Amino acid sequence: MRIVLSLFGFLAAAFLTIMMFTTAGWVRPPIVGVQTGFRGTGQEQLVSAQAKRIIEAANALPEAIDPASPSGERATAAYKNVKVLTDLSTEQFNRVMVAITQWVSPEQGCAYCHNTENLADDGLYTKIVARRMLEMTRDINKNYTAHVADTGVTCYTCHRGQPVPSNIWFENKGGPHAGGWSAHNYGFGHPGAANGSTAMTIDPLTPHLFDNAKIRVQASTSLPEGTSNASIQQTEQTYALMIHISQGLGVNCTFCHNSRNWASWEQSNPQRVTAWHGLFMMRELNGAYLEPLKVSYPENRLGPLGDAPKANCATCHQGVSKPLLGQSMAKDFPELGGKSAP
Amino acid sequence: MAYYQNIFTQVQVRGEAPEPGVEVAGLERTRAAAFVHFFGRFGNAQIGPIYLGYLGSLSLALGFIAFEIIGLNMWASVKWDPLQFVRQLPWLALEPPKPEYGLKIFPPLSEGGWWLIAGFFLTASVLLWWWRMYRRARALGLGTHTAWAFLSAIWLYLVLGFIRPVLMGSWSEAVPFGIFPHLDWTSAFSIRYGNLFYNPFHMLSIVFLYGSALLFAMHGATILAVGRFGGEREIEQILDRGTASERAALFWRWTMGFNATMESIHRWAWWFAVLTTLTGGIGILLTGTVVDNWYLWGVTHGLAPEYPHAFPPVVDPALATGGAP
Repeated sequence: MRIVLSLFGFLAAAFLTIMMFTTAGWVRPPIVGVQTGFRGTGQEQLVSAQAKRIIEAANALPEAIDPASPSGERATAAYKNVKVLTDLSTEQFNRVMVAITQWVSPEQGCAYCHNTENLADDGLYTKIVARRMLEMTRDINKNYTAHVADTGVTCYTCHRGQPVPSNIWFENKGGPHAGGWSAHNYGFGHPGAANGSTAMTIDPLTPHLFDNAKIRVQASTSLPEGTSNASIQQTEQTYALMIHISQGLGVNCTFCHNSRNWASWEQSNPQRVTAWHGLFMMRELNGAYLEPLKVSYPENRLGPLGDAPKANCATCHQGVSKPLLGQSMAKDFPELGGKSAP
Repeated sequence: MAYYQNIFTQVQVRGEAPEPGVEVAGLERTRAAAFVHFFGRFGNAQIGPIYLGYLGSLSLALGFIAFEIIGLNMWASVKWDPLQFVRQLPWLALEPPKPEYGLKIFPPLSEGGWWLIAGFFLTASVLLWWWRMYRRARALGLGTHTAWAFLSAIWLYLVLGFIRPVLMGSWSEAVPFGIFPHLDWTSAFSIRYGNLFYNPFHMLSIVFLYGSALLFAMHGATILAVGRFGGEREIEQILDRGTASERAALFWRWTMGFNATMESIHRWAWWFAVLTTLTGGIGILLTGTVVDNWYLWGVTHGLAPEYPHAFPPVVDPALATGGAP
């Protein structure tokens, strides 16, 4: 009895230890805390050499493409059915096509979007989507500098050599549910990618990155004077959104906030303002560009609830606070509205 | 002869035959008792006799109903998939009604109705169990310390799930059932009400909680350490202080200049444990009802110091645009 019990205890301890080391997704020490706020406030980011190597490898830039002259023959004169890149020279236009192929469909090639018999043909849905994405990219580089600054974005920021970016999201009401009289819990109680494997709402993205649900939940007065009527469930929804941002950017809460008073802008880091503009941008892009493409997509590109694939913080950031570690590809692509460094 | 001088119990506590216990007037013992070696490894090897009675049976039955309602709703939330039920069990929830339903007693079953029913049965079960605990202590001629300590825990449970939601006018303020769900609720509760760490009663509760652990460790260690002098016979040592008591007391006087007595240490421990949930319940009760943001309350009352800014002052961008998010 004594031996059996001891053996059982030893095996259980060994099993749990091995499981912890192999399943938790840990990185090797040493882990260094980099202070980002006043001492004692816990405002710091954790970095490790191993994590840094992994991130740097994942964010290497693709091969550069030679610049093109903006003068010369106009693309609209050389090609038929040019609707967005109307201000480019033929040389620039061709450069964009080469870049898109390299960034979005390197294996599939031109035929991923074009009818090779007739390049002007709009028959493939991918061409309709690509055209809208070009408009979106130019819109971001021109009108959302509060978030993307002069770094800007290109197709590669999200696509990274894949026709469908790895971090897209759909509306999510949780897995299959018995329905009927049983409690549906408003989408609470299931681990998911968007809620950071918590039991908070499975889909904080639809209300906050597509609809205009209120994010701020804390009262701005110490005593109850009605400055916030947010429920606990609504607070969890905001909390889940914050976890999404944190995971999408590979940072912890104190990258933006002073955790003793989340709501306070005075005690926040300037990054919080950039993030605020990012949330604003996400809502507009999902509403104006991504969801309306629903009518163009074939069935297999839509989500389980029939909505179009949409973007969130992780779509561009991919686990890094500045996408592609802040390296600007857009500055070399005035064709996409990118601004070269002053 | 074996001694109680190790971290682990080396001795199987068991007699020749199970002890029937003291004679209690008017009570007939109907249940048999037995020895289980496994339980003897960390406690008394004797199991039983168990006294259930009306209160115990009813409490268990009502508790089982609550357990079933919670469990079946959780299972339904994965469409009766047994594999997903096991896999997602720590996440599965039974959430209280939405804020729209306020204190409505019969919201739709799928939107919090089951939560209310489960809460009713669980509360009834807990209260009956409390009553049973009180009556069993009385029947044995004991003091009712255990019952009152338990009532302190019930106080916190009732504040969280009943009293505070009623004062706030909404069941949605209450805690969901579920392993992670109730923990996530706790974080969200602190966030919504401006950081519970600035709530003085939360501070007191933490002091008593950690204090309880410290006292338990000190007392347990002291008694084990003087076990070789018969120190584990604590009740006798209270009445007739022996060398174990003397040495334990001197040890603490040497160490920190002061010692509890064989009797008072148990009052310390009892009060620390009781005050953990008593002060915690008061802290929860005040949250949202009289204080809406504990951090700002802490600023008003000199609890939260100002720190210099590491960056130029940041301004709320919504003030400039006048809009969301």
